[in-house]
Amino acid sequence: MVAAVSLIRVAGLARVFGAQRVLDGVDLDVAAGEAVALLGANGAGKTTLLKIVATLLRPSRGSATVAGHDCVREAEAVRSVLGVVAHGAHVYEDLTARENLAFWARLAGRPADRDTLVGALADVDLERHADARVRTFSAGMKRRVALARLALAQPRVLLLDEPFAGLDQRGRKWLEGRLEAFKAGGGALLMVTHSFGRELGIADRIAILADGRVALDTPRAGLAPDDVQRLYLAHTEDVS
Amino acid sequence: MAWKDLLVERRSKETLNALLFFSLALLFVFQFALGPDRERLGAVLPGLLWLGFMLSGVLGLGRAFLVERENDCWEGLLLTPGDKSAIYLGKLAGSLALMLVVEALVLALFVVFFNVDLGPALPGLALVIVLGTIGVAAVGTLFAAMTAQVRARELLFPVLLLPVLVPVLLGTVKVTEALLLREPLADVAHWLKLLVAADVVYLAIGLLTFDVILEG
Repeated sequence: MVAAVSLIRVAGLARVFGAQRVLDGVDLDVAAGEAVALLGANGAGKTTLLKIVATLLRPSRGSATVAGHDCVREAEAVRSVLGVVAHGAHVYEDLTARENLAFWARLAGRPADRDTLVGALADVDLERHADARVRTFSAGMKRRVALARLALAQPRVLLLDEPFAGLDQRGRKWLEGRLEAFKAGGGALLMVTHSFGRELGIADRIAILADGRVALDTPRAGLAPDDVQRLYLAHTEDVS
Repeated sequence: MAWKDLLVERRSKETLNALLFFSLALLFVFQFALGPDRERLGAVLPGLLWLGFMLSGVLGLGRAFLVERENDCWEGLLLTPGDKSAIYLGKLAGSLALMLVVEALVLALFVVFFNVDLGPALPGLALVIVLGTIGVAAVGTLFAAMTAQVRARELLFPVLLLPVLVPVLLGTVKVTEALLLREPLADVAHWLKLLVAADVVYLAIGLLTFDVILEG
């Protein structure tokens, strides 16, 4: 049997901010066609880990690679295969949804013809709002624009920070379908979440960050939301 | 990038309105302080004109990267694969266009406020305004990016920028003075050369270092 190719590989990763050691020897692999949900209490270092893999932060120690490219030395190569949706939707409020997509596509040297852009917006159910300014959008609609931008970029690796935040039930269902299709196409997905519920359904593994390390890395199959919550409470100090 | 910046500005008009009101206030102060003394006016007009241009430029350039802070667009720029100097050139082009529009309006107001006949000096003046504005925008765009993520950016930006702009300020004031006194441009060729040299140096530094500055 051939082992699945690791598209995200994190080894011995540490990150220090002043006197505070946020990550302290994190090891994590995400294979092609796999989704890993990263859980942890506030301040556990989930977003820091995501930012290092996304080439936005340098690690203090250890290494992170994406599709075989080092996140520090080969940041441009990493960015060319990476799609990121974090807290900000990367949208300009005074541009329309279509203009936002056109801007990011042109900046990355990708096609930005009207049909392609409107098609991407239709995919996220925003076709009717294509020429409306983003300033008039709800948080969920802005997130959909961000997801349409990702769809245009066609990345091999996705890093998502609370991807379901702000989405209504229809949006959640749509995103689940999209992420399943992304996995089926051989993409790797690392997702930060605070939810133990339905959105964990797309995860193949669950990793819990605590004390700067991966305290638990386990397959999700067979785990009910209550089981996940029990494991989470057992490995973190988050008792809320 | 330039298209995006100008489109955002056309719709929000935040920077343009701020610059126009600022320039108008500056003209009122100058007019009030100098009074109708034509001789005194002739001696200080080039300096006043460029003081107005520089201050409005500093104000406008300081806001150049603020739009990138909303919704983490700055992060999006970093994550976009490709040559980051294209972002610098786009930002520079957008700022340059905005500054030239404001300067054209300020110049027209100067003519009205101080009753100056620019007639024959206008082509030369246009040249020196374009050269001076390129210099200010080239280094200003770079420093605006450098200070955009800093908490004390409103203070730090002009403190860093203004000393570096001294060669541009000297060159532009000297050439403008010669033009308003109807002297031939050849007499101030060395100041024009300084302006061109400053533009080339600032642009080269901007293109070579923007990547490093954006990455922090």
